[in-house]
Amino acid sequence: MTGAFSALFVREIRLAVRVGGGALMGVLFFLTVVSVFPFAVGPDLKLLSRIGPAILWIGALLATLLSLDRLFQSERDDGTLDLLLLGEHPIEVLVFVKAMAHWVATGLPLVLAAPVLGIFVNLQPIAIGAVMATLFVGTPALTAIGAIGAALTVSLRRGGVLLAILVLPLTIPVLIFGVSAATAAVTEPTPFLTPFLFLCGLSLLSMVFAPIAAAAALRRSGD
Amino acid sequence: MGDLAIEGRGLVCDRGGRRVFAGVDFDVSAGEALVVTGPNGAGKSSLLRTIAGLIELADGTLELTGGDPELPLGAHCHYFGHENALKTQLTVRENLEFWHRYYGDCGVSVLEALDRVGIGHLDHLPAAVLSAGQRRRLALARLVVSHRPVWLLDEPTAALDVASEVRLGELMSAHLLADGLIIAVTHGSLPLAETKSLKLGEARVA
Repeated sequence: MTGAFSALFVREIRLAVRVGGGALMGVLFFLTVVSVFPFAVGPDLKLLSRIGPAILWIGALLATLLSLDRLFQSERDDGTLDLLLLGEHPIEVLVFVKAMAHWVATGLPLVLAAPVLGIFVNLQPIAIGAVMATLFVGTPALTAIGAIGAALTVSLRRGGVLLAILVLPLTIPVLIFGVSAATAAVTEPTPFLTPFLFLCGLSLLSMVFAPIAAAAALRRSGD
Repeated sequence: MGDLAIEGRGLVCDRGGRRVFAGVDFDVSAGEALVVTGPNGAGKSSLLRTIAGLIELADGTLELTGGDPELPLGAHCHYFGHENALKTQLTVRENLEFWHRYYGDCGVSVLEALDRVGIGHLDHLPAAVLSAGQRRRLALARLVVSHRPVWLLDEPTAALDVASEVRLGELMSAHLLADGLIIAVTHGSLPLAETKSLKLGEARVA
């Protein structure tokens, strides 16, 4: 089983970095969204640095959702999904491996790009560190929750928008704890660790339960 | 695995609220090939997908004897559908290597399998540049590279030239000799000597 899933993981990463893959697209989208914000908000550096963590988080959330709609749909379109489902391995693990490969290919680059974009929105070094830390533990939750939406909309032609509508409300807790931990790092009396640990908890929880939900949706997708 | 057999009794399939077929009975056992024929829309492909477990059975029983009791019927099957399940960004070899590792090894290497379907010389090319027939052959190599006792073939000869059809016939005969079992949907004739047949639309084993 390990061999099968490591093969799947390697294949996902390869597909993500080759032409037409999602890896670069996510980062570029993230870059675009975040760099548009200062134009809208104006040259108020204080305001920018105050809402900076929120901008980065919203950017990361949208970039994750953007690339997620193809997670299972591209497999269904060319008939691969049927064959993956006919494997002798649990579909829950299949979803987990695909989601994690997706995170490594598109979520992790967002975390790594965050420091550069943090400068765009006038973040202090310590705030940049905090945003990176919260994105690092928070984006797996976004990917996992998004995988449920991707599995539910797998048979719909234009499922991307529906995916966002379904998934965005579910990501609100992650967003709240992620942004509050990142801002808490620079505003004095509020503690960083409490919301950060909540964020870790949310991430672990969604990595366990989202594959179960998404697998249930995929099993029903054959019709 | 000598006594492997699949028995379907009174199979009913509904798709999208419409009854596709009802009362389909069939028996296939190791070393036998069942050819499913019938007009367009008679539910031939739906029958294959139902056997694989990709579509839920609305009624009837579908039993596998002599297989691994811990695995569902679908995990005994190679499903060879209309789609070739290829990733055009990956090379021919990478495509097959993935299925080799995902479905498990059976002693046939990736290159050997590619040779057996006649595209061994294309192994380093991206699958995007293959012709329709070559893609079909690459998909066929998947059946060779991992062993599964039941082959569910949906229009296996589509897009294949005469030489490849002969090759497909050889692969199928070898699979049957090794106590495999084949259920194939086709409009034409299969390159096999002896087959059982099931006509959908009339739904009885002749």
